[in-house]
Amino acid sequence: MTASVPMEHGLILCAILFSLGLIGLLVRRNIIFMLMSIEVMLNAAGLAFVIAGARWGQPDGQVMFIFVLAMAAAEVAVGLTLVLQFYHRFKTLNTDAADTMRG
Amino acid sequence: MFTKVWLIPALPFLGFLILALSGSRFQKRVIAAIGVGSVGISAIVALIAMFEFMIPLSKQTFYVHSVGSWFNVAGFAPKISFYFDALSLTMAMVVTVVGFFIHLYSAEYMIDEEDYQKFFAYMNLFVGFMLVLVLADNMLLLYLGWEGVGICSYLLIGFWYKNSENGYAAIKAFVVTRIGDTALALGIFFLFAHLGTLQIQEIMTRASTAWYPGSQTAVIAATLILIGALGKSAQLPLQTWLPDAMAGPTPVSALIHAATMVTAGVYLIARTNVLFSLAPPVQTTVATIGLLTLLIAGFSALVQTDIKRVLAYSTMSQIGYMFLALGVGAWSAAIFHFFTHAFFKSVLFLSAGVVIGAMHHEQNIFKMGGLRKKLPVAFWTFLIGSGSLAAIPLITGGFYSKDAILLFTWSSEQGSPLLWLGGVLGAFITSLYIFRVVFLVFFGQERSGSPKKPGPAIVIPLAVLAGLSVVSGFLETPRILGHITLFTDFLQTALPAVKSEHLSMSTETLLALVAAVISLSGVLLGFFLYREPSAILDRLAATRFGSAIHEYWYAGFGFDWLYRRIFIVPFVWISSKNRADIIDSLYTGIAKVAGWLNGVLSRTQTGLVRHYAVGIAVGAILAAAFMVFL
Amino acid sequence: MILVLLILIPFLGGIVTWILAGRDVRWSRWISLAALVIDLIGAIYLAFIAWSSSGMWLADIQLEWMPQLGISFHLAVDGLSLVLVFLTLFLGIISVACSWTEIQENVGFFHFLLMTVLSGILGVFLAFDLILFYFFWELMLVPMYFLIGIWGHENRIYAAIKFFIFTQAGGLLMLFAMLGLYFVNGGSTGTYTFDYFRLLENPVTGPISFWLMLGFFAAFAVKLPAVPFHTWLPDAHTEAPTAGSVILAGLLLKTGGYGLLRFILPLFPEAAASFAPVAMTMGLVGILYGAILAFAQTDLKRLVAYTSVSHLGFVLLGVFACNQWALQGAVVQMVAHGLSTGALFVLVGALQERIHSRDMSHMGGLWTSVPRMGGAVLFFALASLGLPGLGNFVGEFLILVGVYQANPLYTIPAVFGLVFAAVYSLWLVQKAFFGQSNERWQLPDLSLRETAMAASMIVGLVWLGLHPQPLLNVTRPAVEAIQASEEASRDASQQVPFEIKSANVPTVLESGNR
Repeated sequence: MTASVPMEHGLILCAILFSLGLIGLLVRRNIIFMLMSIEVMLNAAGLAFVIAGARWGQPDGQVMFIFVLAMAAAEVAVGLTLVLQFYHRFKTLNTDAADTMRG
Repeated sequence: MFTKVWLIPALPFLGFLILALSGSRFQKRVIAAIGVGSVGISAIVALIAMFEFMIPLSKQTFYVHSVGSWFNVAGFAPKISFYFDALSLTMAMVVTVVGFFIHLYSAEYMIDEEDYQKFFAYMNLFVGFMLVLVLADNMLLLYLGWEGVGICSYLLIGFWYKNSENGYAAIKAFVVTRIGDTALALGIFFLFAHLGTLQIQEIMTRASTAWYPGSQTAVIAATLILIGALGKSAQLPLQTWLPDAMAGPTPVSALIHAATMVTAGVYLIARTNVLFSLAPPVQTTVATIGLLTLLIAGFSALVQTDIKRVLAYSTMSQIGYMFLALGVGAWSAAIFHFFTHAFFKSVLFLSAGVVIGAMHHEQNIFKMGGLRKKLPVAFWTFLIGSGSLAAIPLITGGFYSKDAILLFTWSSEQGSPLLWLGGVLGAFITSLYIFRVVFLVFFGQERSGSPKKPGPAIVIPLAVLAGLSVVSGFLETPRILGHITLFTDFLQTALPAVKSEHLSMSTETLLALVAAVISLSGVLLGFFLYREPSAILDRLAATRFGSAIHEYWYAGFGFDWLYRRIFIVPFVWISSKNRADIIDSLYTGIAKVAGWLNGVLSRTQTGLVRHYAVGIAVGAILAAAFMVFL
Repeated sequence: MILVLLILIPFLGGIVTWILAGRDVRWSRWISLAALVIDLIGAIYLAFIAWSSSGMWLADIQLEWMPQLGISFHLAVDGLSLVLVFLTLFLGIISVACSWTEIQENVGFFHFLLMTVLSGILGVFLAFDLILFYFFWELMLVPMYFLIGIWGHENRIYAAIKFFIFTQAGGLLMLFAMLGLYFVNGGSTGTYTFDYFRLLENPVTGPISFWLMLGFFAAFAVKLPAVPFHTWLPDAHTEAPTAGSVILAGLLLKTGGYGLLRFILPLFPEAAASFAPVAMTMGLVGILYGAILAFAQTDLKRLVAYTSVSHLGFVLLGVFACNQWALQGAVVQMVAHGLSTGALFVLVGALQERIHSRDMSHMGGLWTSVPRMGGAVLFFALASLGLPGLGNFVGEFLILVGVYQANPLYTIPAVFGLVFAAVYSLWLVQKAFFGQSNERWQLPDLSLRETAMAASMIVGLVWLGLHPQPLLNVTRPAVEAIQASEEASRDASQQVPFEIKSANVPTVLESGNR
C-alpha cells in the first residue's frame, strides 16, 4: 500500500471526470450524448467510492461501486427506451425539441 | 262596556286582515262597507267608552285593559295592554271619529281607483296602529304603533305607485321620521336602563321620585323623546318630509298628515309630561322649536302655489302652536288645539280634495278661481275650515283653542311676551295665507269647466266635520266669554294644570282682543291682495329682494337643499363609489399577488431538460458550499 | 338515538333520492320532502320533551369512536340547538320547495347534495365533541361548493371557489385552535379529550386562551360573516341557485352565530370578555357597512345578500354584549333573519325565473303584473327594516336593549343601522315593484306552491314578532348558562356599568284583568 497513488490525486481525477460529465450534460443537446455524460458522472462518483474505500481499507466502497454499476445498467435500459420513444415522437434527438412542459 | 274596549283597536285590524287576505273577490261596495264599517263601529265603541268614563260617579281616573303579554326577557317585559285615561280616550275618540268620516269620504272619493281594496286595507291598518299608539300602556307597544303608522304613511303616500316620484316622497317621509324614531328607541333603552320598566305610568312615577328637576338624566330622556316627537310631528329640523307627503291621495293627507299621525308627537310629549317638567331646558327647547316651526312654516305657506302644500305647511305651523303650548306647560291647551285642529284641518283637506277632483287633479291655486258658485259645498266647508284655522273670533273652534295657547304663552311660568308675540305674528300669517287660498280659489275669475257634483258620502263628512270644527271650540272658552272649562276638566285627571300667574280680567281681555284683531287683519289683507289680481304683489315680486325671499320661502327655507348637500349626496356618493366593496379588493389583491407570483415563477419552467440540469447542479453546488462554509 | 336519526334521515333520504332519480326525477323531490317532514316530526317530538321537562339538556347520546384520542361520537340537544334544528328543517323544506321548478338538470344529485348539506348543518347544531363538530362543519362545506359550482349562475365557479377558500381557511384556524385546546386542556387536567362538556369543566385561562379563542372566532366570523371577512358572501349568495341562497343565508350563517354562542363564550369566557370591544366594533361596522353596501347594489340578489351582513352584525354585537337581553335577542334575530332573508331569496329567485334578470335597473312597475309577489316582497322588506310586530324587530330591539346595558356608546351608531335598513329595504321595493315599468311585463303571479312558501314564512315572522315567548322560553336555560359562565369571569375582571334589578319589577299600576 506504500507505493499507492495518493488519495488526493484520485479525488482530483474524480472531480475532473465529474466536471467533464456535467459540462457534457449541460452543453450537449443530443440526448445520447447526455446519457453518456450521465454515465461519466456516475462513474466518477463510483471511482470516488472506490478511492475512499481504498483509503480506509474497507470493502464498502467497492460494494457501493457494484451497486452503482447495477443501477447504471438499469438506468441505461430505461434511458435508451426513453431515447427510442423520444426519437419516435420528435424525429430528432435534440432535447430542446421537447419543451412542451414550458410554463 | 269597559271590558270591550279592546275592540277599539281590534276592529280596524280585523278590517285590514279581511281586506288584505280576501284577494279580489269583493265588490267595491262590500270593500267600502268593511273599511268604513270597521272604523265606524270602533268609533262607536270609543264614544261609548268615553261617555262611560265621563260619568262622574266612577272615580276611576284610568283603566288598564290587558290583552296578554308580548314577551319577557329578564324584566324587559312589554305587555299588550291598553291604558285608558282622559288623554288617551280623547285621542282615540278623535282618531276613530275623524277616521270614520274620512273613510266615508274616501268610499266615494276613491271609487274610480283600481286598488280600492288596497287603499281601504292600508287605511284600516293605519287606524289600528294609530289606536295602538295612543292607547299603549307601555313604551314598546307605543313604539309598535309609532312605527306602524309610519309604515302606513309610507304605503299611502306611495299609494299611486306607478309614479316613482310618489315612491320617493314616501321613502323620504319614512326615512326622515325614522331618524326621529331611532332617538325614541334610544329613549326607551335609556328609560329602561335607568328606571327598569317600560310601563309609561310607572316610568312617570319613578322618574318623578328618582330624578330631581333639571337633572342630567331627565334632560337626556326628555331630549331623546323630543327628537322622536319632532320626526313624527314634522317639526324643525325634521320637518322636510311633510310637504312631499302630499303626494298621497287627499283623504290620506287629511287623515294621516293633518288630523292624526303628525300629532302623535304632541301626544307623546303630553303623555310623558312628567319627564319634560323635570327637564326645564328641554321644555324651553320644545317651545322654541314650536315657535320657529310655526313661523317658518307659516312664511312658506304664504308663497306656495299647490293647494295641498299650503295645507301641509299650515299643518306644520299649527303643530308648532301645539308644541309652543307644550313648551310652556299648557298641556291641555295643546291637546285642545289638537282636538279642534283635527276637525278643521281635515275639513280643509277634504274640501280641497273636492276642488282638486273637480279640477281634474289640478292643484295649482293660480289655475283655479271663482269656484264659489260651482262648488258651493266645498266653498262653504272650506270657508268654515279656513275661518277656524285663521281663528276668526267667537264663531270658530280654532279661535278658542288658539286663544288658550296664546294666553298661556303669556301667562305661564315658562311663557314670555316674546313667545306670545311670535305666536300672534304666526296667527296673522295664518289668516293671511289661508284666505289667500280662499280668495284665489273660490273668488275671482272662473277658469274651469263643469265640475262633478259630490255625492252624499262626500257631503256628509264635510258637513259634519265643518260643524265639529265650529262646535268643538265651545268646550273651552276664556274667562271673558263664559268661562267654560269642560275640556280641561275632563283632561285634568290625566294632565297637570298649567302653572301660570293670575292675570287680571283686563289684561286677558286685551290679549284676546289683540289676537282677534290681528287675525281679522290678516283676512282683510288677504282680501285686498288676492280678491283681485293686485299690482302691489307683482311689483314686490319683481324686485330682487322680493323674488329672492319668495324663492327662499317657496323652498321651505332651503332645508331640503341643505340636507341633500349634507346627507344624501355624500351617502349616495360613498355607496356608488364603494359599490364593489373596497374590502373585497383586499382579497382579490391577495389573489392577484398569488397570480402574479405564479406568472413569474412559472417562467422558470422552460421545459428544457438542460435548464433543469443547470438548476440541479447549481443547487447541489450551493448546498455543498453551504455545508462546507457554514 | 333520536339525535342520530335526526342527522341520518336527511342523508339517507338524499342517497335514496339520488338512486331513484334515474327512474323519475319527480321521485327525488317528493322523497326529499318526505325525509325532511319525517325529520321535522322527530324535532317536534324533541320539542315536546322541551315543553314537559325543565332540564337544560333534552337528549344526549355518546358513543365510542376513537377512545385513544379522546374522541367520541357525542350528540346532545338543548333549547338553543333545538330552535336552530327547527329552523334548519323548516328552511330545508322551503329550499326543496323552491327548487321544484328551478332545478331541471341532474335533479337527483342536486337533492342528494342539498340533503347532505342539511345533514351537515344538523350535525353542527347537535355535535358536542370538537372533532365531530369539525367533521360536520366540513361536511356542510363540500356539498355547498358543488351546489354553487354546478347549479349556480353566470359567475358560479369564481363564487364557489371563493366561498370554499374563505370557509376552509377559517375552518383550518379553528382546527388548530381545537388541537391547541386539546393539548392545553389535557396538559393541565391529565385527560386528553375533545368532549365539549369535559372541556367546559376547566376553562382555559391566560394569554393562550386568547389565541385559541381567536382561532375559533376566525371560523365563526367568516361564516357569520363579520366585516372584514364578509366578501365571500355576496358572491356566493348571488351566484348560488335559489335553494343554495336560502340555505346559505338562512342556515350556514347561523352556524357562525351558533358557534359564537356555543363555543366562544362558554369555553373562553375571559378571553371573550377582553375581546368583546373589538368584536362589538366589528359588529357595529358590519351593521352600517353592510347597509350602505346593500343600498349601492343594482343586483337584487346582491342587495339582499348585503342585508345579511348588516343583520348578522346585530348578532355579533348582541353575542358579545353578553347579557340576557342581547343573547336572547341574538337568537331571535338569527331565526327571524333566517325567515325574512330566506323568503326574500325565494321571492327573488321566483322573480328571476320569470324575467331572467336580477338587475334592478331593468325592473320597475312589477306590482301591476305580480301584485301578490309584490305584497310578499313588501312584507319581507318591512320585516327586514325591523317593523315592530315582526320577528326581526324583537331580535334587534332586544339586542339593542342589551347592548345599551352593556355599553350605551355602541347603541347610538347601531340604531342608525335601523335608518339605513329602512333606506335599502324601501329602495328595493321601490326599484323593483313601484314606478313605471319600462317593459310590458306579462308574468304569472305567485303559484300556489310559492304562495304557500311565502305564507308560511309570513306566519312565522308574525308569530315571532307578536308572541316570541315560547321560543324565548325554550332557549332561556341555554342562554342563562352561557351568560352565567361569562358573568363569573366578568365579575372578576370588570363590573357591568348598569345594574338592573332583573326579573319581574313589581308593577304598581295594574287593574289585573287578563
